[in-house]
Amino acid sequence: MVLTLRSINEDPARASSHALETELAQAAAFVRKHSIASIYHAGSGHPGGAMSSADILACLYGAELNLWPDSIEDPNRDRFVLSKGHAAPALYAVGARYGFCDAKSALRLRKLNSPFQGHPHVLDLPWVETSTGSLGQGVSVAVGMAMGLKLQGLSARVYTLLGDGELQEGEVWEAAMCAAHHGLDNLCIIIDYNKLQSDNRNSEIMRLEPLAAKWRAFDFGIAEIDGHDIPEILKTFRRASVTQGRPSVIIAHTIKGKGVKYMENIPTWHGSVKFTRQQAEDALQSLGATRSEIKELLDV
Amino acid sequence: MSSTPSLIAIGNDSLRESFGKALSALADEFPKVVVLDADLAGGTGVHHFRKSHPERLLQFGIAEQNMMAAAGGLAATGLVPVVTTFAVFCLRAIEQARLSLAYARRNAKIVASHPGLDVGPDGGSAQALEDLAAFRAIPGMTVISPADPIEMAKATRAMLEFEGPVYMRTGRSPARRVFNDDHVFEIGKGQIVRDGSDLTIVACGVELARALDAAEELEKENISARVVNMATIKPIDGALLKRCAEETGAFVTAEDHNIYGGLGSAVAESLAASHPCPIEFVGVKDVFGASGEPEELAEQFGLTGPHIARAARAVLERKRKA
Ligand SMILES: Cc1ncc(C[n+]2csc(CCOP(=O)(O)OP(=O)(O)O)c2C)c(N)n1
Ligand SMILES: [Mg+2]
Repeated sequence: MVLTLRSINEDPARASSHALETELAQAAAFVRKHSIASIYHAGSGHPGGAMSSADILACLYGAELNLWPDSIEDPNRDRFVLSKGHAAPALYAVGARYGFCDAKSALRLRKLNSPFQGHPHVLDLPWVETSTGSLGQGVSVAVGMAMGLKLQGLSARVYTLLGDGELQEGEVWEAAMCAAHHGLDNLCIIIDYNKLQSDNRNSEIMRLEPLAAKWRAFDFGIAEIDGHDIPEILKTFRRASVTQGRPSVIIAHTIKGKGVKYMENIPTWHGSVKFTRQQAEDALQSLGATRSEIKELLDV
Repeated sequence: MSSTPSLIAIGNDSLRESFGKALSALADEFPKVVVLDADLAGGTGVHHFRKSHPERLLQFGIAEQNMMAAAGGLAATGLVPVVTTFAVFCLRAIEQARLSLAYARRNAKIVASHPGLDVGPDGGSAQALEDLAAFRAIPGMTVISPADPIEMAKATRAMLEFEGPVYMRTGRSPARRVFNDDHVFEIGKGQIVRDGSDLTIVACGVELARALDAAEELEKENISARVVNMATIKPIDGALLKRCAEETGAFVTAEDHNIYGGLGSAVAESLAASHPCPIEFVGVKDVFGASGEPEELAEQFGLTGPHIARAARAVLERKRKA
């Protein structure tokens, strides 16, 4: 696959340091392992799209977002909206990694009276910014946030992560038209382009291609990148952040199930998944977890 | 009155699976039926139909609004579209259902899986507790919520034989068996599934089995509870309700839905016009759901047999004072 940066501003503001990249790679690994463990304990959940988005989420929370656990009520904080709400386990894991919630509590995914519901709920966890789970709505909420910030003269930015199947919702394109019309250059849409959705490949269910051309026609700044390449993700965020006059979209090519050998590119690992102990152990091992880490994550 | 059913242990068949199998089995008999899917065939049960009749499964992608209105177009050409998705995403396309299906009076069917707290761990975001109310408010829309896999299969046939727009709820979780194979399902007709004289419990969907639990518990206290299965919420069986009002004089309604706007409201509206009497409403009390296993949620939100029994005692208290 030839990955080329397209029309997002070509001037990277800062170079990313090697130390930061190492930290983010570790954070992404943590997100994957924690998600597998929480889905194992829950007895249900969506692992595939959690794995594909882990690197993007690590880069957002570990580097890009101007958002800290003590600033979640700051009107000028950057916002992140997980529009593909079924990847909640990955969001909770990255939140745990960066101090927004407790890692052990977040293993109580989908349990009765746990704030870590199957889909993010802003009344349970204020730092998730809004409630999602119905595909296509998060991006509209993000558009509203970007408008609201601009109207109030605030310089904060809004990021939202969408699934590729999610792009089939007409609402996404209503939001895109609106964002471009209003010149929301404080909005950055990221697409987890893992080529699979619930039942099958996008190309079988409802074709998305030519995808970049669609966004170009909607007048977005576009970058097409490898969504598992941390330096490239960081560089692209920097470029998006200095794009002026129009919103940005990052089409991140990813692998559904990334990091778990038996899961990669297999549609049935999308959701409604109940891991056996063996599957959970194999997944964690595939992700490089040590024996003691596996025990710690699975025997709580 | 139909035969008194015994609760046949927990069956492994969910209502959605029963629906999917029935639809597939009926497909040759109803050659005009086409099934519309929005990337959830595995979840709604229509994977059975896809397997048996792949050329009649129309894939719309994750785009429920387009799917719903397109059903109106398909119906306009003489086909019988069956729109399938989760109940909560039917709400998303309700305006399309209103205009392009009901207002245009198309012979189109909407079959919604994953309703209510029965959704379980996916949580409040995914649990439709408003769908019966919303679809009931659309003129000309028939609203059905069968109680067990056997009734589900029979209701699927009845829905296809019926001319006009229908909204039917299935269910995600393994459903308890209530009926035997000889069960008769007719749109618009409730039936007494257990007789009693002190009060009437009217239930639909997963709550019917719980209502029977309640009747059993009440019997030990010498309270004789009649249990009515009201699988058709609209049009409601007003004649049966009136008869039960005259014979028992008190009601409890039970549904896996908000207490506002669904079965309870339909029963109350009907009785208010025919034979007013005390009613207690068992359902979700105007709050959103949450994550948890369906049985845990039913307990926490007050939908289990013991909760229905408590409501029965309360309504008897009111009946005595009246
Ligand atoms: C409006 C809406 N329709 C249907 C669903 C059910 N659903 C949950 S995830 C999913 C597939 C999503 O695929 P994609 O957006 O590609 O996500 P990813 O591959 O990143 O997991 C579907 C259909 C939903 N959550 N919302
Ligand atoms: Mg996808």
